[in-house]
Amino acid sequence: MLADTRIDGVAKAEAITPTKGRSLWRDAGYRFVRNRAALVSLFVLLGVVVFTIVGPFFARWSIEKIDWSVVGNVLSKGYPSVETGHFFGTDEVGRDLYSRVIQGTQVSLMVGIIGAGIAVIVGTIYGAVAGYFGGRIDSLMMRFVDILYSIPYMFILILLLIIFGRSFVMLFVGVGLISWLGMARVVRGQTLTLKNREFVEAAIATGAKPLTVIFRHIVPNLLGIVVVYATLLVPEMILLESFISFLGLGVQEPNTSLGALISEGSRTMQYGTIWQLIFPLVFFVTILFTFFFVGDGLRDALDPKDR
Amino acid sequence: MHQTTTTLLEIKDLKKTFAISGGAFSKPLTLTALADINFSIRKGETLGIVGESGCGKSTLGRCILQLLRPDEGQVLWLGQDLTKLPAEEMRKRRQDLQIIFQDPLASLNPRMTVGEIIADPLRSLRPELNKDERRARVLKIMEAVGLLPEMINRYPHEFSGGQAQRIGIARALITEPKLIVCDEPVSALDVSIQAQILNLLAELKDEFGLTLIFISHNLSVVRHVSDRILVLYLGRIVELATGDEIYDDPKHPYTRALLTAVPIPDPKLARQRNIDALRGEIPSPINPPSGCTFRTRCRFAKSFCAETRPPLETLDNGRLVACHRWREIEVPEEAVLGH
Amino acid sequence: MAQVLTVKDLSVRFALHESEVTAVDGLNFALEAGETLAVVGESGSGKSQAFMALMGLLAKNGSVSGQALLGDVDLLNLSKTALNEYRGRDVAMIFQDPMTSLNPALRIKQQLAEVLVRHKGQDAKEAERNSIAMLERVGIPEPAKRANAYPHQMSGGMRQRVMIAMALLCQPKILIADEPTTALDVTVQAQMLDLFKSLTDDFGTALVLITHDLGVVAGVADRMMVMYGGRSVEKGTVDDLFYDPRHPYTLGLLHSTPHIAKRAARLDPIQGLPPSLEHLPKGCSFNPRCAFAFDRCIAERPPLTEAGPGRQKACFYEGPMAYGKVA
Repeated sequence: MLADTRIDGVAKAEAITPTKGRSLWRDAGYRFVRNRAALVSLFVLLGVVVFTIVGPFFARWSIEKIDWSVVGNVLSKGYPSVETGHFFGTDEVGRDLYSRVIQGTQVSLMVGIIGAGIAVIVGTIYGAVAGYFGGRIDSLMMRFVDILYSIPYMFILILLLIIFGRSFVMLFVGVGLISWLGMARVVRGQTLTLKNREFVEAAIATGAKPLTVIFRHIVPNLLGIVVVYATLLVPEMILLESFISFLGLGVQEPNTSLGALISEGSRTMQYGTIWQLIFPLVFFVTILFTFFFVGDGLRDALDPKDR
Repeated sequence: MHQTTTTLLEIKDLKKTFAISGGAFSKPLTLTALADINFSIRKGETLGIVGESGCGKSTLGRCILQLLRPDEGQVLWLGQDLTKLPAEEMRKRRQDLQIIFQDPLASLNPRMTVGEIIADPLRSLRPELNKDERRARVLKIMEAVGLLPEMINRYPHEFSGGQAQRIGIARALITEPKLIVCDEPVSALDVSIQAQILNLLAELKDEFGLTLIFISHNLSVVRHVSDRILVLYLGRIVELATGDEIYDDPKHPYTRALLTAVPIPDPKLARQRNIDALRGEIPSPINPPSGCTFRTRCRFAKSFCAETRPPLETLDNGRLVACHRWREIEVPEEAVLGH
Repeated sequence: MAQVLTVKDLSVRFALHESEVTAVDGLNFALEAGETLAVVGESGSGKSQAFMALMGLLAKNGSVSGQALLGDVDLLNLSKTALNEYRGRDVAMIFQDPMTSLNPALRIKQQLAEVLVRHKGQDAKEAERNSIAMLERVGIPEPAKRANAYPHQMSGGMRQRVMIAMALLCQPKILIADEPTTALDVTVQAQMLDLFKSLTDDFGTALVLITHDLGVVAGVADRMMVMYGGRSVEKGTVDDLFYDPRHPYTLGLLHSTPHIAKRAARLDPIQGLPPSLEHLPKGCSFNPRCAFAFDRCIAERPPLTEAGPGRQKACFYEGPMAYGKVA
């Protein structure tokens, strides 16, 4: 009887609202979709990804096959053309730029995504654990991060690549080594504030184990900022890889990356083979811009102030 | 009401301090949040804890639940000292001791649905229950606190403060606890909703045989729900007595001042009332006054009040008071109530 | 007594993404010099928004219509710069959280003196002297010393006193206080309410006290206006409304407020929840929660009508109101 009247009172005022919950993620989704620049960027980005997957099926040349007919005559014969099958033209030694740009884009995206992925997994767990337990554990863990940060990583990376040879694995190891540091710091800071929120105290008070508190209550509430940071980290990683490649230390030939292609293209610019620079550059810039816009859109959509 | 005399909880000489860093070049300061806390709670009673902000009332609640570990003293739960329990043992004991928070929305994880939030204590404390059993219990408890079953899949931000507090209450109740610490459970709510929640707590208390510790700065609310009231000032007990005793015959000058400051929703009484307004504000707990900590604001203070700290005296009927001069101070009736 | 402010048909609307919400709907009231009007209501009743609108402090998506006559000037019809002239000089407002209204980077005396320099054209020395005198008047001990402090060095109660001092510097005709004591301890609240009483007497300032706490209203206010769902549902003297409420909502609020002198076994709260402004019930917006509602209440909206000398209510029900167990 008592329960009836209680429910009655609530029910009257509540009859209008739907019963299916709107999660904060869905709310954020709506906000993201309303952001024109971010949405367009997302589609362009998806277009680029689809192109790197579908593109190779239309390629008439592999990445390493040299078209002997253009060698030595790149400017007059190696220009972009549908007839020769070199849709983007050829590079200085007569290899098909279409295939190479696709391959370079794949490598750059992979580096970016794997770097960000490592950052998300390692950085989030590391930061959340340090922030949640606090005290000495926190000091120890974060000082370790500080030490890694203080090492000139470019120097280490170059040494690594020289000592162990240039390979994909080494590149990912190198990028992964440093990508998670910033993430760990961001996540730790957020965890420190989340830790003092009442719902975390409530979880402890209702008997949750420390790891349950971290993974059920803290990490899901961090994901917003992690996602944003990760999307902004991807272009940073791509830039890092490009820089290494630009120095000539990136992936091993005949494999290539956008950075390496741009590096080659910029060297031959003076001979008038401008397409060797333009095509990789367009892809490079497109990827960077779209990632930044998507990251920006995500940040606005997930902004807790809007709740 | 039948009250057994089983002592559920006994607090002995509890002390809690916090270290506050005073900047890079000064040594850390110590803030004494609680000191010399002694009292006990019988099964089935509601103990109200009142005091101004910074008096340590929330800290006391958290020390009882071991959400904060006290520096000294004992928290005896059915004779067992909770402060000595290892973390894992304490975690399991939480089935019996629960808490309801002040800000209902902040105390609910925004990424979880209502069903998940209410079921969370069961996942932690009753892992043997399967999903369906948990769900059945969640629905049952939702009905008891006045939430509709179809709300189970919704998220906290879709609820108003009052409903969110019902969710918080449901979460506290689901493990069938014996004691619930209510930390300002209604102060963030609208007036009409406050009354609903207060009634709900009273009903649930009878229904589930609960013992409540009710922390609030609002003496009217505390008086309404509590059997006995504990008055804290700067981390120390100044008075502990039944609600009627506190209200009809306050012994400590601070209790009296608090009573006269309570707003009364009655214009004529309110106008007649001669408010015994306290001078100034609560002193800093980092550097509390010597002797009786209340003396700086007390209009009955004498020079000896600054020298020794008044002991917490136990009167014949079990009430406690800590004042050098409580015997001498006559309470003019109208000073308290204005009638 | 002279009327200092006459508000006619004040409405406040907020544009949402695809809809519009009426936060305040056709509010009428008058304010006399030296009186204290309490505006009572729960969250979403529009009590704060109505006065934010008068002060020109609405959020960007808000719009306002109606008239608010201060003398013969319509506050709602003024340009931003013209309104700035009146704001602070003739009408001042203080808020629940004084910290947000004080600049954390400036000393108290700088912030106070600035008001006098701007509105009264006083020179810096004189402004500072007057500021310190006002701090003393609102009960701040050692005002000359405290005036050099920064806001974060003061307690909540002291900061609220500073805000009151700042609001009173130009001796405004109207002081609007939005939940001024909600964040304060009872003992400090009592001091503050005392201060309000003596200030309205001394300066002849009309005080609007926006609150949800009937206990605060009882001790300070002369008249009160109860708001629900953006409209005023009952108006009258405090005594009339407390001892003889004619609107079921007023009655419900009174029964919801715990009274330290009367310990009832249960309170008799109003059932249900305050309505969301986006989905106001048809007819009387209180009807889903009302114990006395009948078919007319669901069909049409009751207008605010005379319900005796000096009081008005917006309710169709005329019978006696036996309410729950207490009545």
